[in-house]
Amino acid sequence: MKQEFTITVYTENQIGLLNRIAIIFSRRKINIDSMNTSPSEIEGIHRFTIVIDETEEVVRKVCRQIEKQVEVLKAYFNTNDEVVWQEMALYKVSTDEIVEKVKVERLLRECGARAIAIRKDFTVFETTGHREETNKLIKALEPFGLIEFVRSARIAIIKESHGFHAKLKEFEQKEPSEEVIENEFLNQQEEVFSM
Amino acid sequence: METIDIIEKKDPQEKVTPVEKATETVSITGSQAVLEAFIAEGVETIFGYPGGAIMPIYDALYDYHDKIKHILVRHEQGGIHAGQGFARASGKTGVVFATSGPGATNLVTGLADAMIDSTPLVCITGQVYAHLLGTDAFQEVDVINITTPVTKWNYQVTDATEIPSVLAKAFYIAGTGRPGPVLIDITKNAQLQKFDYEGYIKCTHIRSYRPKPIVRKNYVEQAAKLINEAKKPFVIFGQGIILGNAEKEFKAFIEKGGLPAAWTILGLSALPTDHPQNVGMLGMHGNYGPNVLTNECDVLIAVGMRFDDRVTGRLDKYAKQAKVIHLDIDPAEIDKNVKSTVPVWGDCKETLPMLTQLIEAKQHPEWMAKFNEFTQKEIEVVIKNELNPTTDELTMGEVIKILNELTNGDAIIVTDVGQHQMVTCRYAKFNETKSNITSGGAGTMGFALPAAIGAKFGAPDRTVVAIIGDGGVQMTIQELGTIMQTSTDVKILILNNQFLGMVRQWQQLFHDKRYSFVDIESPDYVQVAKGYRIDGQRVAERANLKEGLKTMLNHNGAYLLEVMVGKENNVFPMVPQGCSVAEIRLS
Repeated sequence: MKQEFTITVYTENQIGLLNRIAIIFSRRKINIDSMNTSPSEIEGIHRFTIVIDETEEVVRKVCRQIEKQVEVLKAYFNTNDEVVWQEMALYKVSTDEIVEKVKVERLLRECGARAIAIRKDFTVFETTGHREETNKLIKALEPFGLIEFVRSARIAIIKESHGFHAKLKEFEQKEPSEEVIENEFLNQQEEVFSM
Repeated sequence: METIDIIEKKDPQEKVTPVEKATETVSITGSQAVLEAFIAEGVETIFGYPGGAIMPIYDALYDYHDKIKHILVRHEQGGIHAGQGFARASGKTGVVFATSGPGATNLVTGLADAMIDSTPLVCITGQVYAHLLGTDAFQEVDVINITTPVTKWNYQVTDATEIPSVLAKAFYIAGTGRPGPVLIDITKNAQLQKFDYEGYIKCTHIRSYRPKPIVRKNYVEQAAKLINEAKKPFVIFGQGIILGNAEKEFKAFIEKGGLPAAWTILGLSALPTDHPQNVGMLGMHGNYGPNVLTNECDVLIAVGMRFDDRVTGRLDKYAKQAKVIHLDIDPAEIDKNVKSTVPVWGDCKETLPMLTQLIEAKQHPEWMAKFNEFTQKEIEVVIKNELNPTTDELTMGEVIKILNELTNGDAIIVTDVGQHQMVTCRYAKFNETKSNITSGGAGTMGFALPAAIGAKFGAPDRTVVAIIGDGGVQMTIQELGTIMQTSTDVKILILNNQFLGMVRQWQQLFHDKRYSFVDIESPDYVQVAKGYRIDGQRVAERANLKEGLKTMLNHNGAYLLEVMVGKENNVFPMVPQGCSVAEIRLS
């Protein structure tokens, strides 16, 4: 069954790595819903956040292919229940419309939006939240003439993660411990194998 | 891709002689740093072709000619296939030079081939000056992005100071873990740039790259338990054994367990072909028993192989009854195609002895006898006619049979792609490892002739026979020029059936014999060879075959033997595409 998965990839900062990761998806004709690259909790280590709609089996195989890339330290995949995530959206509307129609103000309050720029001719609102929330404001603003709209990629925090500091230290050693070399088979063996 | 580069200005006084010792800081150019890296890595042979953007490296090479051999090929594709042949015959990393633009794009087929067949290569391409990147400069191509999907790693160097560390990484990545091709693109300014060289330090660790997984004992124990309980265990093995130098460990493993073992096309020669437990070849044109019994075994032990579709046939009907133990160094291979019951992730050089220690010494005579039954049937229906035909037409199989008698299985056999490849792999005898060199995963026609040149440089003391069809040989026939110029002792055996035989076979079997563009004409190969000052002859009669092969093998230097074989012979057995391995056809 297909569902939304958030893939989190810790990598070295290397030109061309974005392409190496992107072509793993395009080769398999998998559409990337959103992709974000940013710094991570560790200086010099980059963090990719990729959202795709796929079956768990496909996501697992894709993650193995990502992890196989030389400059990738680790790839995780999580369902929506396992992450806390946000997306940001910006909306440009005509200021005249806003001033005239009080309803809009109420809608903005309901959608948790803020005005981040107000000019005579236009106003820019911002919301952060899940897709439904940012979509809700589009729907609300559309009748009043939404001039421009843009939404960022998803960024996500893994609920169960303890961060990458300890792992990185292990990776820097020549012989990392068994625990750090994670693998679904090796860590959930009883589910995979029973005599 | 030779060009005259008008941008280049060089002060002749700047020329530096090669550095002998790099203990203290010396000023050298990026180009010299490349060659110093090669010397430190033990590189003795380079296959390459010069051109504008790689000229500074070739200029530096001029001063290193007594330390490093450079083989001038006739086309960059020939260069990279030669590098592959060298790597496969020697077990070392192959090194290839090409210039920017078309020189680099000509490497792409070879990179893809090396990627899928896990061949360690370091390819150096020249690139335009850094300030010209992205300007559509002459012979500028975005090599890094073109080669990304077909390299294990690639990197563009624009500053000479990076060269020692980048090359150290390149050799480390290419040769460790699951090997593969690495491409380093070096801009011309970096090749010319002088910098303070502090010596070359070999790379032994990259924090984001773990070539050798830690073996978990409990998995080995579980695998051993399964093997000990098995009534009908079956081992299938691939090139992982050869790449891991684990031939001895593998032999000890199957001998102790009394396990029948069958090979993938790249696993061929890891175990001597006449070993009593070697039950033959897997896959589309493999042997009858190994294919059918894959679907009857109770424990399938896959060692260093990746369940290619040509091996598995229809996946949802593949070995469904069996518990699967998969030994592989590459975690991405585990469960990729066939779900494993026990994944033994690790280097088989380590995991096989651990398994051998835990398994009980056993024989499975009844189970082994079953393979023999199928072999008898295959001999009756297929092999007998192939090796001892009663028709006037020569068969490819009888050529290989006589070749076996004459070489006694000691030669390196390099094959191209198609019917001759399948027949050769089915019937050729091998005593030693690293003796079968062929384009497996990619199926690159034109591979054999250049790869054979490389193989001869990789194993100069061994006889190297390139067996090629009349289609494939015409794809890279220009490499006869390389053989001529380097006097490389390569035996070229063309099996000419006057067709693109494998495509014709499929058109016959699956497209109602509608022969669409498979009728390929050949030049007079003996005359062509003669033009390259290579001796040769053509054999069309059975009576002359043995003598012809003898002449070829005994000839001092390269020799071309063209053997005319039956036009419309088919390779059988065959697992038709989309069928299960159990549905293998004998005719």
